[in-house]
Amino acid sequence: MAYFVRRIILLLVTVVLVSLITFAVFQIIPGDPIRIMLGPEADEARVETLEKQLGLDQPLPMQYVNWISGVFTGDLGDSIRFSRPVSELIADRLPVTLSLAFLSIAIVILIAISLGIYVAKRPNTLSDLVFSSVTQVGMAIPSFWLGMLLMLGLGMTFQFFSISGYVPWSESIIGALGSLLLPAITIAIPQIAISFRYIRNTILEQMQLDYVRTIRSKGITERVVMYKHVLRNAMIPILTVFGLIFAEVVAGTIIVEQVFGLPGFGSLLITSISYRDFPLVQGIVMYITIVVVIINFIIDILYAVLDPRIRLGRTGE
Amino acid sequence: MKRIRNYGKNINLIIGSLILFAVLIMMIVSFFYTPYDVNEMDIANKLQPPSLVHWFGTDEFGRDIFSRIMVGTQTAFFVGTVSVSIGLIFGVLIGGVSGYFGGWIDEIIMRIIDALMAFPGIILALMLVAVFGSGMVNTSIALGLMAIPGIARIARSGFLQSKDAEYVQAAKLMGQTPLRIMTKHILPNVISPIIVAASIAFAVAMLAEAGLSYLGLGVQPPDPSWGRMLKDSQGYLVSAPWYTYAPGIVITLMVLGFYLLSNAIRDISDPRSRK
Amino acid sequence: MRTIYKNFCVISILLVVAIFISACSGKEGEDTANDTNKINIRINNDPDFLDPHMAEASITFQMLLNIYDGLLIGDTDGSLKPSLAEDYRISDDGLTYTFTIREGVTFHNGEPLTVEDVQYSFDRLMGTTTGEPLSSDFDNIASLNTPDDKTFVITLQEPNSAFLTYLTALNSAIVPKSNDGKHNENPIGTGAFKFNSYSPENNLVLEKNENYWKEGLPYLDKVTFTFQPDDQTALLSLQAGEMDIVSVGSHRVSEVEEQFNLEYQDSNSVLLMGYNQERELFTDIRVRQAINYAVNKDDIIEAAFSGYATKLGSNMSPAMGDVFKEGMEDTYKQDVDKAKELLAEAGYADGFSTTISISSHAALYTNVAQVVVENLKEIGIHAEIEVVEWGVWLERIYQGRDYDMTIIDFTGVLSPYETINRYVSDADNNFFNFKNEEFDQLMSEVLVESNTDRQKEIYQRLQEILSEEAAAVYLADYQIIWALNPKLEGYKLYPYFFHDLAEVRYTE
Repeated sequence: MAYFVRRIILLLVTVVLVSLITFAVFQIIPGDPIRIMLGPEADEARVETLEKQLGLDQPLPMQYVNWISGVFTGDLGDSIRFSRPVSELIADRLPVTLSLAFLSIAIVILIAISLGIYVAKRPNTLSDLVFSSVTQVGMAIPSFWLGMLLMLGLGMTFQFFSISGYVPWSESIIGALGSLLLPAITIAIPQIAISFRYIRNTILEQMQLDYVRTIRSKGITERVVMYKHVLRNAMIPILTVFGLIFAEVVAGTIIVEQVFGLPGFGSLLITSISYRDFPLVQGIVMYITIVVVIINFIIDILYAVLDPRIRLGRTGE
Repeated sequence: MKRIRNYGKNINLIIGSLILFAVLIMMIVSFFYTPYDVNEMDIANKLQPPSLVHWFGTDEFGRDIFSRIMVGTQTAFFVGTVSVSIGLIFGVLIGGVSGYFGGWIDEIIMRIIDALMAFPGIILALMLVAVFGSGMVNTSIALGLMAIPGIARIARSGFLQSKDAEYVQAAKLMGQTPLRIMTKHILPNVISPIIVAASIAFAVAMLAEAGLSYLGLGVQPPDPSWGRMLKDSQGYLVSAPWYTYAPGIVITLMVLGFYLLSNAIRDISDPRSRK
Repeated sequence: MRTIYKNFCVISILLVVAIFISACSGKEGEDTANDTNKINIRINNDPDFLDPHMAEASITFQMLLNIYDGLLIGDTDGSLKPSLAEDYRISDDGLTYTFTIREGVTFHNGEPLTVEDVQYSFDRLMGTTTGEPLSSDFDNIASLNTPDDKTFVITLQEPNSAFLTYLTALNSAIVPKSNDGKHNENPIGTGAFKFNSYSPENNLVLEKNENYWKEGLPYLDKVTFTFQPDDQTALLSLQAGEMDIVSVGSHRVSEVEEQFNLEYQDSNSVLLMGYNQERELFTDIRVRQAINYAVNKDDIIEAAFSGYATKLGSNMSPAMGDVFKEGMEDTYKQDVDKAKELLAEAGYADGFSTTISISSHAALYTNVAQVVVENLKEIGIHAEIEVVEWGVWLERIYQGRDYDMTIIDFTGVLSPYETINRYVSDADNNFFNFKNEEFDQLMSEVLVESNTDRQKEIYQRLQEILSEEAAAVYLADYQIIWALNPKLEGYKLYPYFFHDLAEVRYTE
């Protein structure tokens, strides 16, 4: 119990620090949200009126205090640029980014585990080498370029993919897949290398252990050894790597959403930074932080469930 | 099934070093010689396909892409080296202090690092660029700051594990200062994961620079930067594909080089994966 | 665990099958899309506001002008035509403007347009009741009157020859009084299309106004403006048949000219390189002229616009019609020797170092800056390019006037007065810090001049002054190239940003 309480306190501390860092950055950087929105021809009267209406004539520390006191009452404030509640904007985008993230992770799991098992059965062969190098290359390609190449190669060949924009799942499942699959692959490709390599090594490590040798000596088929014993024991470290990947995938959505014109909150975050939309940036950063921290939290708990030794030995890290 | 034991183990090291060595040579040559002046424009001859005259073709200003790729190595190494140095110096310092002294210092530092790491990398970079401004030097500083938390966390765990080791206890008993213990005794023992992290940080810095360039920030022209070239070539993906392949491939190769090298160092230093 | 592996295989097979099935079915779906009279237009960015009295960005009005009308409308040739005002009279002293409001016009909510709505719209802009003005265009208004239910009278304090240009929907859209307080969330106007939905960073959807006051229009049932910041992606989605109207970079023309109809819009923009004339270097006219002589506009046009631009010589584009002063684009034809001579006279024989500060939000600026840097190098001026975010550019360079040189383009407005107003010594937006007595004098003269011929004369002289004084390096008015679905017809081009969709329809 104490473990959980500590985790939750840490979570809160992290979130508050994140918001303070964002605030500090906004304190330093130049740029006026109203003028950025209205451009160089902005009518002075309009600028003044808007500043007054949006409370931007107050100094930033005051805005922060207003904002943080709103957060405690569950109100994330209004976006300056879109003049709508931040929570509404985030809720609108949540399905896009989450679908994208989960689809990417599904692709990573699908490919990395199959490849990992395949290669672990044939360590240090040519296919091992080929797969490691190919996945490594995937990790080294700048994501926006990869997205463009995929769009050009696959998107233009198959009508199935929509090049830009998002189709909600409720409208058409196939349409949604068509709009999300290419960006999901773009996000997944760099992650496959990390997880594939990790899974391969973990399985290999397990196979060297005494218990595998014992089971094998009992004459059980390789298949059963692999899927029933080795994989189960390799699951814990594999879970960790997916925990790490989740944060990477969320980060990956940011530029890729921009490339594919997906209205997720990654692209929203980028524009809200350049538009100096302070409440919106705070809201999204907060949201991403909480999601990432919570996912790690869940992974830790799964960890503890799968391996009771951790619950006893670990006090948190 | 033919096994390529051992040989496969070192192949990372071999390929990685070969790539980086080639890039390094290219950089050294570029200081003395490039086929054309990097910034010399010849607008009448823009977007020429590769030929004997222009090996990699020309860009939208008629500049020689090969020369720009060559000089781009300088930018790449500058951004990479400066940002990794910043990351290493402050990361090891902060992580070392945190791990070695522990207690509330550790607690505070780790909380700040957790918070910084909660920002997706590109967002942190974007915010730092907003603070420092774009351009080669500012981008390097921003990317360096971005690398600190990751390296600090790795350094911390190294120092944390080693601080109770016998050789450290012995040094303490001999009355050596914490600074001396940390630099002379612990650091050499925990250096390899830090080097791995630094090598990865180099690769990440290059990708982040490309990402910032995509958003119009990052290294600015006329300084030839691969990320910038890649971004500029986007518009000619169909009409002049050679333009996009040149910077795309060199970035990928160089990042790959650092990843392979980091894998090799990890394999060599971590006995568990040495099978 | 075996089953997990099996499931992976099954899932991946299913995925592949799904792709192929929908690859086939996708085609059918697309044909039907065209039949139903929908159109999808790519827009780079979100609107700043849907409330036409708050909005300022030209990109916003590109869309909003389909929802709102003003008393007048700028026609395709730049002239002002009646819109919600059937006709108008200006008194001889130039102070009283009398408008007859069109009958039979209804708002999208079904209410008829009344003079109260017109009065309300102007009151709102002027902040008469709220004390919070939304526009300073109407500061000169002495009073608004509604003598009967179809007449609206504006009385000015002083004559202003540019006043009529403020009466289009760009500056003063007519909105219904009953919608007060909700203009941004639920925009209601009298235009050809009515608001359906707005999803930030995704799209703005409009639908047909069945009761549009122009008989028989519009043809289209649904208009979707899709926000897509990436040019490359936008072009690909045009080619994939997802979009019907996309602006295409000039260097991409060859990729689309066969499949699509291309329309070349003279954007009435002025792309220029300004220098801060408060900085000592640029107070000297010889330095400014030397820079003008150094720059090769043809190269810039070729490099940045693949030739799709008109060279300029002053701060006005040919799209302005007869107030435009012709023949100045080559006043400062590139002449390196002359430039060096002028620099030497000014005491900078060895050149100097300076910085060109530009915004990162468009590749255009870096492209132009790179050519300029090379040009300046030839006369010994070493210029660094400093790229800053748009927000920083606005605050530090534009507002703060803290810069050496900068490159920017101003999008077209209908009023010649507004176009060059920024060069008046004490104008808020005179970020050049340009000062010229004759210019200031003529600007105040032209405002009260009622004779249109004399107005033209003055505007032309004003353009000459800017050129003579080398107030900036005037580069180009670039064309915006629209690629249209070849089945579309009726798309009109305006000298300002306006996707006029009222008369657009699919052929056959």
